Amino acid sequence: MTVVPLGIPRRLLEFTIDGEPVRTTEGSTILDACRAAGKDIPTLCQGDTLTPKNACRVCVVEVEGSRTLVPACSRKAESGMEVKTDTERARHSRKIVLELLASSVDMSTTPQVAEWIKEYEAKPDRFGPGAARLNEEPKIDNDLYVRDYDKCILCYKCVDACGDQWQNTFAISVTGRGFDARIAVEQDAPLTDSACVYCGNCIEVCPTGALSFKSEFDMRAASTWDESAQTETTTVCAYCGVGCNLTLHVQDNEIVKVTSPHDNPVTHGNLCIKGRFGYQHVQNRD
Amino acid sequence: MDLHFGDSKPTDDERAAVDALLGPPESSWEGADRSDADLRWARGGREARDRRDLLLPGLHAINDRVGWISEGALNYLCRRLTVPPSEAYGVATFYAMFSVKPRPATVLHVCTDLACAAAGASELCAGVEARLGLGSGVSVERSPCLGLCERAPAALAIKAGDPVRTAVSAPATVHDAVLAASAPDSAPEEPPAAMAVPQAGDPALTLLRRVGVVDPGSLDDYRAHGGYTALRRAFELGPAGVIREVTDSGLVGRGGAAFPTGRKWQATASQPDHPHYVVCNADESEPGTFKDRVIMEGDPYALVEAMTIAAYATGAHKGYLYLRGEYPRALHRLEHALAQARARGLLGDDVLGQGYAFDIEIRRGAGAYICGEETALFNSIEGYRGEPRSKPPFPVEKGLFGKPTVENNVETLVNVLPILTMGAPAYAATGTAKSTGPKLFCVSGSVARPGIYELPFGATLGDLLELAGVRERLRAVLLGGAAGGFVRPDELDIPLTFEGTREAGTTLGSGVVMAFDDTVPLPRLLLRIAEFFRDESCGQCVPCRVGTVRQEEALHRIVARTGAAAADDIALLREVGRAMRDASICGLGQTAWNAVESAIDRLGAYE
Repeated sequence: MTVVPLGIPRRLLEFTIDGEPVRTTEGSTILDACRAAGKDIPTLCQGDTLTPKNACRVCVVEVEGSRTLVPACSRKAESGMEVKTDTERARHSRKIVLELLASSVDMSTTPQVAEWIKEYEAKPDRFGPGAARLNEEPKIDNDLYVRDYDKCILCYKCVDACGDQWQNTFAISVTGRGFDARIAVEQDAPLTDSACVYCGNCIEVCPTGALSFKSEFDMRAASTWDESAQTETTTVCAYCGVGCNLTLHVQDNEIVKVTSPHDNPVTHGNLCIKGRFGYQHVQNRD
Repeated sequence: MDLHFGDSKPTDDERAAVDALLGPPESSWEGADRSDADLRWARGGREARDRRDLLLPGLHAINDRVGWISEGALNYLCRRLTVPPSEAYGVATFYAMFSVKPRPATVLHVCTDLACAAAGASELCAGVEARLGLGSGVSVERSPCLGLCERAPAALAIKAGDPVRTAVSAPATVHDAVLAASAPDSAPEEPPAAMAVPQAGDPALTLLRRVGVVDPGSLDDYRAHGGYTALRRAFELGPAGVIREVTDSGLVGRGGAAFPTGRKWQATASQPDHPHYVVCNADESEPGTFKDRVIMEGDPYALVEAMTIAAYATGAHKGYLYLRGEYPRALHRLEHALAQARARGLLGDDVLGQGYAFDIEIRRGAGAYICGEETALFNSIEGYRGEPRSKPPFPVEKGLFGKPTVENNVETLVNVLPILTMGAPAYAATGTAKSTGPKLFCVSGSVARPGIYELPFGATLGDLLELAGVRERLRAVLLGGAAGGFVRPDELDIPLTFEGTREAGTTLGSGVVMAFDDTVPLPRLLLRIAEFFRDESCGQCVPCRVGTVRQEEALHRIVARTGAAAADDIALLREVGRAMRDASICGLGQTAWNAVESAIDRLGAYE
């Protein structure tokens, strides 16, 4: 059972979404309210366990009186706000954002993007064959992680998860700027020379597969990765007494990766190196 | 926080540069040799982390001394400040003036932006590069606008060492620029700031009346020319009285956004959270803008006095002057002015004997246009990457260090002096009903007398260009810089007011008026603007990070095309431009398509 902590009572705000009156608690974002009202707004950089970064801009909506569009993921709802989620203007920006992203990085492993590209009629190849892309080879410098920046949309989630929002290891940062900005560790070094503690929390939050477990990366490369054939079993980590929940992804009777449920009040999806990677002994059959 | 530092050690020089800024390290926790005492106690926690804002000065210290920032130097600085090396690396690589790869001690920045490009910057670059090849000990870098547009083309040499040496060459010839780079100490002195003010000495001037008249190094001279009467008047009025005067004067921000200054001050002053901060935005990086430099070089005490008044009115006791890194002379003048003001009790614990404490710290930028965006500037001062924050919350509520902050640019602040000395009604009588007071314009390009002009609001573009001596065969005028828009030569009757330019479908922006005659190839100019935004995008949001690249690519494709051949790409530009304007986080992305759009629509650039 998931325990939801009850905070202090909050005021209800009244405003409208697409002309319909809605109520939401003070402090909620427009996105929270939209989702509660059953509105489908695409999001990429938004993370359920992280402070919204509003970097991708795919969730923009129109708010009456605002000069520019507003990111639904981070803007707090206010009384009397008139939000329009599906105007031509908002749809146009979402479409262009999808085109810009899909023309510059490989989004083949990003869930839902293919649907959105279809829905918004985005045509990522219309910028021509000469359109600048990252075109970088995956960085494989250790046995646990692969960093494939060709898939990175710079959502900052890994930076936030590694930094002061969860892990407090601060191994990851954004370097450079503009189109040349990259996620990297200090001095663009291999991961093994960095402050990384291999908790895997960055992989847990990565929305595109730019960060992946070596196990998953290798199986994908060998075309043996088959999510439909996998079972997921949530259990409790046995290494210490904290009580972190582990979700074991099992394919052909082998654990292929370990994640953690984000709604777990103890860990919110975060693990340490042992919980995340210390599973080989379970399946050592010698 | 368990920080991991690599094994790289700083050289003696690098260590000395950091220690000169921070003092010697006190324990092995900060990078000193291990002593017995270190085994029994640890330093760190909030106190150590609260010095994060010294990261940017620390990076400057290393870069100034050595010319680049090595891994060992960065590690040592991180240890001293308890900053994670990955974050410090992210900050160091954000700024154009820093390098994390070895490079020669001398860097020659050759401006390739609009005014300089029109004045032959590419020939200058080629000539300088031919003379300063490999092994010359000079790295030649193409630079965005150096703010020397009245003396285009311009070059700035920075020679690392103790102390760092700089030399400006403008208007630059290949010979002068090479001389400045190879022997910055013996390069000829820059002309006085007043040379940039063709109206200098005119008694009718308000904001520029002291430039060229007063000795910028002398506090006494400043006072002899009316200096510090406005601050005395401020103390008579009290904080609420000052805000009332500023509100009644109708002053609006001169940085481009035109927000009412009085309202901003009132909103900051009334915040219950403390401390309050005053920040002067002197990160003047808009291509074509150089007015703030001229004020800071020609009348530095005026800015110090105006910041003191802003602080007094809003209840701040600490001010930051964020100065762009490309302005070495303004830095020296301001440093001197601050020291003199402190020594004479005009800054410090007891300003003018009124029991009011206020002091100003200068923070140097390091080559990033985006840091002129108010929230990016806060991040930069705090030691983070200069990425804009999303608003709300607005700076008046949560600004620098998360505290209520009033941020104004140099020209806005300097306007406060005449408001207090002449009184709000007299000030508001200047200009038009909606745009009150005097306004500075940075005129450059194809004119006989480029420079800063002061005119009351309401003069037309034609009036201004006539003053500056517009040349024949005018093809286009860029208003408001790269983020502004072009107008045609038959639109010279546009009144230079906020409402007048808005009505004409353009903007006053930061006061740039750049004239181009028909010898300047328009598509090349647009390409330069697109390149500028692509270079200067911080990369945080997608519409700007990728949109500016796609914009530049499309302009490359149509550089020599017109009509139907360009139609597809122009349609593409419009679509991308619209999303950049609508969905970018900050003003950089939102305005990156303005100039190109206006060139297509108003000038018929590709017809």
